[in-house]
Amino acid sequence: MTHAPSLSPTSPALPTAGGFFRRFRSTPSEPDFAKRVQFSSPYLPYLFLAPQMAIIFIFFYWPSVQAIQSSFYLEDPFGFGSTFVGMSNYTDVLKSTEYLGIARFTAVFTALVTFFSLAIGLLLAVKADGIIRGNATYKTLLIWVYAIAPPVAGLMGMMMFDQHIGPLVKFVGLFGWDMKVGLNYTDTAAAMIIVSVWKQIPYNFIFFLSGLQGIPVSVREAALMDCRSGFRRFWTVILPLLAPTAFFLLIINTTYALFDTFGIIDVMVKDKAANNPITLVYKVYMDGFRGNDLGGSSAQSVILMIIVFVLTIFQFRFIERRVHYT
Amino acid sequence: MQRVKIFDHVILLMGVFIMVGPLVVALMTSSHEAADIHRNGLSILPGGHFVDTYTKVLTKEGGFTGKITGLRMMMNSLILGIGFAVGKIALSMLAAYALVYFRFRFATILFWMIFTTLLLPLEVRILPSYEVMTALNLTNTYTGLIVPLLASATGTFYFRQFFKSIPDELLEAARIDGAGPFKFFIGVIVPLSKTMMAAIFIIMFVYGWNQYLWPTLMTTDESFFTLVRGIKQILLVWVGSNIPDYNEAFALAILAMLPPVMIVMIFQRWFIKGLTESDK
Repeated sequence: MTHAPSLSPTSPALPTAGGFFRRFRSTPSEPDFAKRVQFSSPYLPYLFLAPQMAIIFIFFYWPSVQAIQSSFYLEDPFGFGSTFVGMSNYTDVLKSTEYLGIARFTAVFTALVTFFSLAIGLLLAVKADGIIRGNATYKTLLIWVYAIAPPVAGLMGMMMFDQHIGPLVKFVGLFGWDMKVGLNYTDTAAAMIIVSVWKQIPYNFIFFLSGLQGIPVSVREAALMDCRSGFRRFWTVILPLLAPTAFFLLIINTTYALFDTFGIIDVMVKDKAANNPITLVYKVYMDGFRGNDLGGSSAQSVILMIIVFVLTIFQFRFIERRVHYT
Repeated sequence: MQRVKIFDHVILLMGVFIMVGPLVVALMTSSHEAADIHRNGLSILPGGHFVDTYTKVLTKEGGFTGKITGLRMMMNSLILGIGFAVGKIALSMLAAYALVYFRFRFATILFWMIFTTLLLPLEVRILPSYEVMTALNLTNTYTGLIVPLLASATGTFYFRQFFKSIPDELLEAARIDGAGPFKFFIGVIVPLSKTMMAAIFIIMFVYGWNQYLWPTLMTTDESFFTLVRGIKQILLVWVGSNIPDYNEAFALAILAMLPPVMIVMIFQRWFIKGLTESDK
């Protein structure tokens, strides 16, 4: 992991993202693991760690290893053992036009969901930070949706986009858009993106708002004296100070769009994935549990694991450098 | 800076409208009759059937086996939410305590093994996880529902971070007084962590209550269904019949979101603290 010394955990502009960065930075390469004084006991630390390690081993490492292992095998459909097939599960997956189409949709979906939920969350946070009266009320009203489960959000979406009673379908109908969610590919995709963005706005709002409130008054006043244009002030002073928060949220939102939207998609495509847009995670689920294609599903799981690893490393090595911390 | 900014309020009100509007509509519509909704569409005004719809949803025995009621699903959701939150706090406090307050040989490698779990969400290893659960005979049990979800280390990192911020002098003083590791943990660490535990509890309860994919895989026996897990069944009823039971679907959706929404609203300050300081 990178070690940018400029990021001090006590930096006032970093009330939110600090914990996250520290988590990655203070990896064990720091020899002073924690305290000056520590207990030393031959068995106690292992005893305390035992429950966590046991659960991680049984429910994290064992399945992960199994996924990698079975991605190299072809399972007999009737359950009579399996044959080693080398990389062919992977080549089959990567050659399939269906899979590549889903991968393309996933990329577009992730980019749009991340962009819009960050942009709207930031806009609302800046506005809520700027006003004095009613700040707390707005805050309370704007964070409700965080507590709603993705499939319940999907259900709300189905209601808003219902063919007979959905107000949003009627609304876009005014502009001549005959929206058929669940039947038309693009319409379903649009509805899925809108619901996913809606569900994620409160999270970004909370983080941006507490990031904004962590900016010292002295900095704001200095900026106010130097520059009259509110927009330019935001662009040149406030936004750079928010960059660590935004960077942290970028990772979280990408993960959200890739994985946590499963519930929304599952409810909105109603098991009829054939003509509907789905993401890569949903495809893993469909092939594994509906198609009983153990090897193919495992190979897809491993591909997803690699994507997550690469994303994490990429974001830390390349994006973090361009972020101003002080 | 003191003047009221009309434009800012307009944007915020639009935000509130978008975020809260659908919830109000769902709540109000659930108090109308199904036929009424079918004819007149969604509603922003309360209807007269609030009590009977919700009584019916909570007590009517539905599902394919006819055993499961809304009340039962709610109880399962509570078990999952509370069990997950308590388990997470217990496990991660112990592990973080060992990592911060002890010097031992395999600390580095154990830390890395815990750290790695943050990188791979449950969703990418669902099929093998499911097979492990079948091998252990844990499908359709509360253990199988809760324990595998604990296999991510978010809580451990949070408590580790917090323990590191506790002044070293406390440990020095405690050692001079002759306190051992257990006594220091119970007598100093746990009382100091109360606020943090509350904050983490809220986050984790909401997270546990809202689980969908894992309960969907783990429970085929309807008596273990949670409210969120039952959403799919709600939809099947919805699409199936002539005049769909919109009102019951909305009532169940409201029930499924009510406890986490209430907790987030009531304990808003702790919730935001837990969220922004723990990152999950």
